[in-house]
Amino acid sequence: MSTETGHAWVYGDNVDTDVLAPGAYMKLPVEELAKHCLEAIDPGFAGAVRPGDVVVGGENFGMGSSREQAALALIELGVAAVVAKSFARIFYRNAMNLGLPVLVCAEIDGIARGDELRIDAQRGRVENLSQGSVLQCEPIPDHLLAMIADGGLLPHLEKKLAGGRA
Amino acid sequence: MTLAEKLVARAAGRDSVRPGEIVTCRVDLAMMHDSGGPRRVKPMLERLGVGVWDPAKVVVISDHYVPAVDAESAAILDLTRKWVQDAGIDAFHDMQGICHVVLPERGHLRPGLFVVGGDSHSTTGGAFGAFMIGIGSTEMAGVLATGEIWIRVPPTIRLGWLGRLGPGLSAKDMVLKMCGALGMSVGNYKALEYAGPAVAALDMTERMVLANMAAELGGKVGLIAPDETTLAYLRDAGAGPAEAGDWQTDPEAEIEATHDFDAGTLEPQVAAPHSPENAADVDAHAGVAIDQAYIGACTGAKLSDLHMAATVLRGRRVAPGVRLLVAPASTRTTQQAAADGTLAVLTEAGGILLPSGCGACAGLGAGVLAEGEVCISSTARNFQGRMGHAGSQVYLGSPYTVAAAAVAGRITDPRGMLTEQAA
Repeated sequence: MSTETGHAWVYGDNVDTDVLAPGAYMKLPVEELAKHCLEAIDPGFAGAVRPGDVVVGGENFGMGSSREQAALALIELGVAAVVAKSFARIFYRNAMNLGLPVLVCAEIDGIARGDELRIDAQRGRVENLSQGSVLQCEPIPDHLLAMIADGGLLPHLEKKLAGGRA
Repeated sequence: MTLAEKLVARAAGRDSVRPGEIVTCRVDLAMMHDSGGPRRVKPMLERLGVGVWDPAKVVVISDHYVPAVDAESAAILDLTRKWVQDAGIDAFHDMQGICHVVLPERGHLRPGLFVVGGDSHSTTGGAFGAFMIGIGSTEMAGVLATGEIWIRVPPTIRLGWLGRLGPGLSAKDMVLKMCGALGMSVGNYKALEYAGPAVAALDMTERMVLANMAAELGGKVGLIAPDETTLAYLRDAGAGPAEAGDWQTDPEAEIEATHDFDAGTLEPQVAAPHSPENAADVDAHAGVAIDQAYIGACTGAKLSDLHMAATVLRGRRVAPGVRLLVAPASTRTTQQAAADGTLAVLTEAGGILLPSGCGACAGLGAGVLAEGEVCISSTARNFQGRMGHAGSQVYLGSPYTVAAAAVAGRITDPRGMLTEQAA
């Protein structure tokens, strides 16, 4: 969706919800929780990530808990999208519901930490400006694209409910 | 059709469905806890300007922040109690235990239901032949507002267990074996169905372990076809009329893959830090010294789990310098374990009782770990930092194996310590 670019933060397989949203901080507001996002595997992440940056994972990104703060913490830090070889199913739905585009992309191995990426969620494309390559991702189903275009499930439902009342 | 397809078809109001189709399902029951529930969905419903679609179909269970340990957790519980009352929800089980155990215990589940739960281990409901999936809070707000949810019909993977478990082995060993052999994403977007004589021989609390840890195998659901064992449990729980009926996979149904295991040759399993898929035979980790042994969580502190621990701990003592913490999964579990003498065996051995709740398993309650400490736990997950400091180490094992490690002070094969069944 975005024409902005951001830098890649690259991690391996099975990045879990406990490292994205550590239990010890779960009772705190998301602004506080987000400061500890990925702390267990990359202590510098939350302090250095910039709005528009992209998190790149391997297989089964977001496995574990149903806590949507795992996605919310990334949104709070300004992460524009997550690109991974595969996602755990609850994280995938949570991220989309919150308006954070997540793209399934088999060919991410070439992406290096710090590469400049441009994400086009609607067309399912990741452009790697640092390496001059374009990666094609799996297309996002139409009903989810419509939801992301509205900004997530709640604004999507607001629109539907308003339509129903009109 | 497979069991999963039959369950989805019913909820979607269709005669049949096929894997890959996206369908909208009517929700029969929605379950929430205090962490992902009212505190998160209340502002969302207010934003939408709607109430709960059907308060009689919603169950709320406080288990994450119980009992409150500080002002923040007290406020979360206070909000939960007030919202439940305002929303007109009668089925509120406050501080009665962990949601996945309390839900069937109080008769809310039956075969054939389509259920959503605001927790990843909601797959536990599959042990009762219900299609029960875990969802996040925004998704839950959508369900509460509309009574519906979209899903992609999952293909089914059959996990077959032949033979019979030997003494000192349990469903936890079975599911850790599968995590080690198949990995944590084998079930992603798929329905897992456990079957075979070794599964049929398990009682319901043990079947719940398999269904619960379908989450660790990545599964959307972890189903077990209902049978006489299921119906007997449901009668005792007062679940109302239930039938096994046609809730089983047809012989000619299309299965994506089958993985067979032999219960008869299964060794006790231990998963090393920081993943359940690091599971191996206990001998691979024998001798690892521990600081803490934890018997807790939805998957690891039901009555059957406490019985297993007691068969090891009867007449023995926890090793010096080691602490054994026991957090029964529900208040009813505590009552039953007190009545049959199990609690006395655990405490006489040196075990320390903790409140019923998610507790240290989720890094929330009493029993979290310091940097460098080593714990063996009957819980479901040992992700880095989940149970305390990021520099702590958590091994997973069955209640037998956790209890044996508490006695020995190090990880060991529990089969050398078995005594008569406690109850």
